[in-house]
This record gives sequence, structure tokens and C-alpha cells, in this order.
Amino acid sequence: MAEHDLILLTILIPVLGSILIAIAGERYRDVREGISLLSAVLLFIVVYLLYQELPESHLEAVKLATVMPGLTIAFRLEPLGILFAMIASFLWIITTIFSIGYMRGNGEPHQTRFYVCFAWAIASAMGVALSANMFSLFIFYEFLTLTTYPLVTHSGTDEAMRSGRLYLGYLLGTSICLQLFAIVWTWSLTGTLDFTRGGVFGGESSEIVVTVLFALYIFGIGKAALMPFHRWLPAAMVAPTPVSALLHAVAVVKAGVFTVLKISVYLFGLDELASSGAADWLVFVSGATIIIASVIALQQDNLKARLAYSTISQLSYVIMATVVLAPLSIIGAAMHIAVHALGKITLFFCAGSIYTASKKKNVSQLDGIGHYMPWTMAAFTIGSLSMIGVPPAAGFLSKWYMLLGAYQAQVWTVVTVIVISTLLNAAYFLPIVYAAYFREPPRTITPHGEAPAPVVIALCLTAVLTLAVFCYPGPLLELVRQIGK
Amino acid sequence: MTHSLVLLVVIPLIATPVCILLHKRLLIWPVVFTVSWITFYIACDLMLAVRDGGEIYYYLGSWAAPWGIEYRLDSLNALVAVIVSGVNALVISFARASIFQEIPEDRIYLFYCAYLLNLAGLLGVTVTGDVFNMFVFIEISSLSSYAMISLGKHRQALLAAYRYLIMGTIGATFILIGIGLLYAVTGTLNIPDLHTRLSAMETSRTVITAGAFLTVGITLKFALFPLHSWLPNAYTYAPSVVSAFLAGTTTKVFIYVLLRFLFSIFGTGNMFDIVSLDKVLMICALLAIYSGSISAIYQNNIKKMLAYSSIAQIGYIVLGISISSVAGLTAGIIHLFNHALMKTALFLCVACIVYRTGKVSLKSLGGIGKAMPWTMAAFVVAGLSMIGVPLTVGFISKWYLILSALNQEAWWLALAILTGSLITIIYVWRVVEAAWFRTPASELRSGKIREAPLSMLVPLWILVIANIYFGVDTGITAQMARQSAELLMGMP
Repeated sequence: MAEHDLILLTILIPVLGSILIAIAGERYRDVREGISLLSAVLLFIVVYLLYQELPESHLEAVKLATVMPGLTIAFRLEPLGILFAMIASFLWIITTIFSIGYMRGNGEPHQTRFYVCFAWAIASAMGVALSANMFSLFIFYEFLTLTTYPLVTHSGTDEAMRSGRLYLGYLLGTSICLQLFAIVWTWSLTGTLDFTRGGVFGGESSEIVVTVLFALYIFGIGKAALMPFHRWLPAAMVAPTPVSALLHAVAVVKAGVFTVLKISVYLFGLDELASSGAADWLVFVSGATIIIASVIALQQDNLKARLAYSTISQLSYVIMATVVLAPLSIIGAAMHIAVHALGKITLFFCAGSIYTASKKKNVSQLDGIGHYMPWTMAAFTIGSLSMIGVPPAAGFLSKWYMLLGAYQAQVWTVVTVIVISTLLNAAYFLPIVYAAYFREPPRTITPHGEAPAPVVIALCLTAVLTLAVFCYPGPLLELVRQIGK
Repeated sequence: MTHSLVLLVVIPLIATPVCILLHKRLLIWPVVFTVSWITFYIACDLMLAVRDGGEIYYYLGSWAAPWGIEYRLDSLNALVAVIVSGVNALVISFARASIFQEIPEDRIYLFYCAYLLNLAGLLGVTVTGDVFNMFVFIEISSLSSYAMISLGKHRQALLAAYRYLIMGTIGATFILIGIGLLYAVTGTLNIPDLHTRLSAMETSRTVITAGAFLTVGITLKFALFPLHSWLPNAYTYAPSVVSAFLAGTTTKVFIYVLLRFLFSIFGTGNMFDIVSLDKVLMICALLAIYSGSISAIYQNNIKKMLAYSSIAQIGYIVLGISISSVAGLTAGIIHLFNHALMKTALFLCVACIVYRTGKVSLKSLGGIGKAMPWTMAAFVVAGLSMIGVPLTVGFISKWYLILSALNQEAWWLALAILTGSLITIIYVWRVVEAAWFRTPASELRSGKIREAPLSMLVPLWILVIANIYFGVDTGITAQMARQSAELLMGMP
């Protein structure tokens, strides 16, 4: 099948899936979840075929519609986009397996709505990944916000509604007020929004304009959770765990940092950013976000909240590595999108598994839980190691490249921040692992086993993958090396 | 010479006495329905003819202009005629059941008469090329709309209609004074003729006074801040269908009248360069956007909320006009069209809710999305369109508005437009949240409330789909708007 049709299929499969899911409904729930799983698998196959096409790709955009003269909804194959699409579609399969166990195990309401919105969110993420210009990227970016809103407010409690408002307020607010502003401004300056190698500005705009525009984009991409626009992420943790796992550790936040990377490489161009100095300030803002978020994570007792703040800090790694602007650090940034996704989804799955099996939400309740849930806590340990960035977990790879890039560009701030934050990461993850294995469980506890099988299978898979990527980084490295080339 | 231009006005006008003669409830709606779709067909046909072949003229009684009354259609009023007749055709298709429920049976035929007169008046204002004739049609449409509003179910409707009557009459009088002054100076009432004579003479105090009277009179008619006080109550207490019709058409037609006077008759040199009317309009527009949106947040009555939101949206249209560049005018005219689509759809949603529940307060609508999924889904899409989410018409409006502001290097204006749409999120989302994410009230849970009938859902969803269609394919709207803008700015 031609590249053209395959790209459109990446959007169509989840959309069609969602319609079938809605038709199956609550009455035929096995069919409904079967369709979810099937569309996830099909989607991954399609994305994988696209990945195979990549070397022979003509880099021609596939136009879907022309909205205004020169402004099209179009898609194009490109290494960074394929990377993001691969991660999101692959983890959708695993998350669906996890969801089936989790949603049934906890007897959650509105499951049909959940699966439908999930499929829509994945369709939007695919759109973000494969967009050929900033205009279509923005469209799918907004859809991603709207389709995940019902997932955040899933439980319908007052707290969920409040969080939903924060979520929508931050994400729509920043994207409309700052990002859209920046997009229209770019359009009126350059007359194009296509992602081009080396950027679209061509050195004609003044340094101040480029700096202001870059800042508007960076803060306008609220999904990257750069401080001070990060509050929505911890708030979104009221959602059921599969949502936190796939959307708020992978699809949504990764769409944010993916967009940051994409505009830096393909809209501004690394040379333009370097020569105008438009991105220099961002090293400090993202560095501060990393440290502050880690310090806040240290103080969180709620496990999901701790993971959320850890996500904020890990996202800023990607931003910081991007604005170092060295080729090696771009490799580090792109790799970090992938390896953090694997590691963080494992950790969220573990949190969900612990909640399903024991209804425990807090770090302080986890003493000795490793004895009851050996698989879950083993996976948790691997995930933690990946977050800290030590071998044999995949997190080491991306940190290594980030450090190399920082040395190459002689940016010592970045090196310092990475060192400090690694210590902080260890300080908030290792005590959990320690308590789980080496503390005595409290006397009052009623012994419980592992979570349902689908949950455990899912989290073991991602944990194994985290190790596998460390051992066989070849294909991943090969892919990210092509970015911007 | 084709007669279709004059038929646009004559058909609804003739149909009015026919309705009185018929008097029977069963026959009357099909007649109005047929008339509405015929006028819509004619309007579309004319618009395509104008797009491809330029302006169309019609001399009433074959008296050549400027002595006789001339009807003329260029790309601007062709578009407005399509908006008016299109909104009308959909609202009438929707109206049957709703009118039957909300208006006493013995007055239904009178209602339809008033409605047709209003339509004839609005189309007349749109197509005429003679300012006094325009005034006559303004009076026809206004008087009939007072009558329609007073037919509302609650007693407050009478007071609302009365207030509208007082304010509307002041506005009409101002317009008449303005026209009289222009006639005194130039001795003509024909629009192109007025323009040639005005541009040949020096701007006198009389001309500026005429401009001032006309501007105040017309802005009062389309409720630009601070002359908007009549609008919220009029829209709130009018029969649901009437609110939808008025919101989609009346304000649009009067904005067209303003454009006609400011650009086609006075020209930007007179009103903008000498008395800087553009600055005044810009300030009013910004105040309208913010005061309207903020008031909308605090409303518990959905109809009133939509009415205040109309005030804000009118502000966006006027803001585009006040930028007074081709890009700005294009943005304003596009939003004129787009706002008609979204606001009519939203008011029709409310009409569906009223039809089934009889309630309009936000509190009583908790969880109504379960009972009326199609209606509330339509509300969500139209609401997103008003916020300006991509792939809806609202986004196109916002894109053009921001672009025109940035072209003038008015960064602060672009930012003000964007901040305004943030406030829109708040009031739209209050309804969405209540309808979809609250636990249903006991009445709703008992299963008594059903989805609105198909006769209402179909016209509603046609509008909703139009909201999306014109948000993806902007070919026709953008082209017509740009042509009109170039025409108004006096470019070939």
C-alpha cells in the first residue's frame, strides 16, 4: 500500500475503532474491548509499515483539505514524527490490555465513553505526530485537549470537575492566547507554516521578533508543562490510572515536548536559534523547572502526584536538551521522549496495579508491599532506575547523549542541572523501592495478591522493554539520528 | 433584465396577506415554508450570479436611477441576503412544533404574518439601493419584530418588546434625521449617486452631523455597546424561534447598513479621517467584547447568556470593521456570516430544550445530555465554534481577525481578541459541564424527557454541519468577503 494511504489510515483506524466501540457499547463489552485491542494492533502495524517506508519516503505532503489559501491540513513522513507515532501506537496496545484489567477490576462507570475518548485521543496524537505543517499540528493539538477532557473528568466527582476545569483552562488558554498568536504571527511574517529543514525564517526577521515568537511558542505549548504552566498535570491525576499512564505520561505530554522539538528543528531551525540567541533563556527556565518539580515531587505522599511532578521534571529535560542546540543533545532529547515514555508508563501501571490490588494511593502505605506484589514492584524498580538514568535501564541512554551534547556545546548549566536532578530523582524513587522490599508490612494489613493478570502482563511488558532498549538501542538511535537531516 | 432581485422582497410581502386569508393553522406553515425556501433559492442563485458576473441592477417600474428606486446587488449584500434567507429557511423548517407549543393557537397566523413581514423588511433593507426605501424597510422589519417579541410566553416579553420599541424608534428616528440631512445637502437618495455627490463636495458640518446621527441610530439597532441595553431582555423573553431568527439576521442586516453608509456613501475619507470614527468604533467594539462576555459568565438563564454573548460577538464583527483595512473588513464580514451560523444553531438548541422541558435555567439542566444527546451534542459543536476551535467557522473568523490586527502591527489588539475567546470558553463550558457531566435531576432521570423531534433536529444539525463545513472549506465565504471588502475600500 502506498505511503499516502497508510498515513491517512493512522487517523482513520482509531476513528473507525471508536465508532465501532460506541456501537458495541456496554452490552457487548467483550466485543467493545476486542475492537479496542484490534484497532490498537492494526494501528501499530500501519505505523510500523510507515517506519519501513521512511528511507524511500519522497517527503511529499499528503494533503487532506485546504482550509484557507496556503493553509492545508497535511501529513508528511519524518523521523521525529514516526518516533512519536510508534511510541504512542505501541503503548496504546499495552495500555488497552492494562485498561481491560483495571477498569473491570475497579468496576469503573462509563467504560464505553472511556474507550471511545481514548481512541479519539490516539487519533489526535497521530495527527500531531504526522502533521506536515504547524497549522494542522495545532488543529490536532487542540483536539487532543478536548478529547482527553472527558477522560480527566471520568469519575464525575467535584474534585474531578475542578481538575477538568484547570486542565481545559491551562491547555486551551495557553494554546489559544500564546500558541495561536505565534502561529498567526509566523504566517504573517513568512507566509508559510510548513515544517522545513532549517526553518522558515531564513534569517530575515530581527532577533527580538524571533525571541518573542519562540517564547510565545514555548509557553503556548502548555502540554510540555514548562513552569509556570504546569499546574494542569498534577490536577489531571484524578483520572483513572490508564489515562494517567498513556495520556499524561505518553500521548499528551509527549505531544507537548514533541511539538517543542519539532518547531525548534523544523520551524525555527537550529542555526537560526543559535545565531539569534532566541533560545538561550530557556536553558534556565527549563533547568529551574527540572529542579523545582523534583523538589516538589520529594514532598508528595500520593504516589500518582509524585509521578506527575516527576513527569514535569522529565519533560523539561527534553526542552533543555533541545535548546542546547547541539546535534548530540537533539538525539538525547528525541531519545528521551521514547525512553521516558516506557519508564513512566511502567511506573503508572505499577501505581494502578497497587491501587487495584490494595486500594492504596500513598507512598507511606507501601511498606513491605514487595512481598505481596513481587512482579509489580520489580517492574517499579526498573522504571525507577530508568527515571534516575542508571544502567541497565533505558533512561541512561538519553541522559548520556544529553550530557555529551552539553559537553560538546560547553553549556555547564545543563551539566550541573542534570547532576543535581539525578540525585533528586534517586532521592524520591529509591525510598519507595527500599520500603517495598526491606520494611516490615504493617500488622493490620489484610494480605492481598497481585492485580488482575492483564494489569500485571502489561506492566511486565513495558518493564522488559525498558531493559531491552538499553541492550539494543540500534534501531532507536538510527531513527533519531535522521532528525533534521 | 431579470426580475428575481425584486422577487426576493415581493414574494414574502405577498405571502403575508395570503397567510391572513388562510387563517388555518394547518395550511399556514407549508405556505411560509415554501416561501422561505424559494427566497433562499433565489438568494443563492443571485449570489452565484454576482460572484461570477458582477453587480446586478433592477429599476423599479423601469424608472432609471437616480430618479426611480433602484435595487442593486453587489457581493456584500448578496452574501447578507443569503445569510438572512438561509437562516430564515432553516428556522422556519424548525419552527412548526415550537411555535405551536409556545404561542396561543388563535395568534399563530398573526405570528407568521409578522414573521414574513420581518423577512420582507430585512431582505428589502439588504437589496435596496435607495436610502429612503431602506428606511421604510427598516421600519417594516422593526415594527414586526416588536410584535413577534411581545408574543413570548412570559409577561416580561411585553416589557422587553416595549423597551425595544422605545429604543428602536429612537434609532429609526436618528436614521431618518441622518437621511434627511444627507438629502438636504445632496438632493439625492440613491446610494451611488450620494457617494459621487458627497465626494465631489467639501465635507461640511451638515454631512458630519448626518454621519453622527446615522452611526448612532444604526449601532443602536444592532446593539453595539453602549447602546445594547434592549437586546438581552428582548432575546430572552421572545419566543425561542424568534430569538434564533433575530440573532441570526437582524443584527447582521444592520451591520450591513452601517457598512453601506460608512464605506459606500461617506467613504473612509469623511468619517474615518476627519472625525476618526474608526477609533470610536474600535473602543466600543472592545468594550462590547469584554462587557458582553463577562456578563454572559454570570447568567443563569441560557437564553440571556447567549444574548450577552451576541453582544460580544457583534463586538468582534465591528472590531474587524474598525481596523478599516481590506483584511480587517474581510475578517468582519466573514465573522458576520459565521456568527449567524453559530448563534442561530445555539438558539435552536435552546429552543429544543425549551420544547421538551420548558426550562432555560442552567441549574435545571444538569445531566440533560443523557436525555437529549443529539441536541446537546449540537450545542457542544456550536459552542466550540464560538470559542474558535480549529475546523469550525469560529476559528476562521478568529484567524482572519488576528491576521488583520497583526498586519496593522497592532499586537495588543491581537492579544485582546485572543483573551476575549478565553472568556468565551468559560461561559460555553458552564453549559457543557452542566449538561454532560452533572448527575441528572430526578425529573430527567424518570425518563419523561425525550430527545427533540426529528423536525427540529434536522434543521439544527444542518446548521451544525454548516458550522464545520465552512470551517474546513472557506472557498465561498472568504472569496465573497474579500470581494466585498475590496469593493467597500474602493478598490477595483
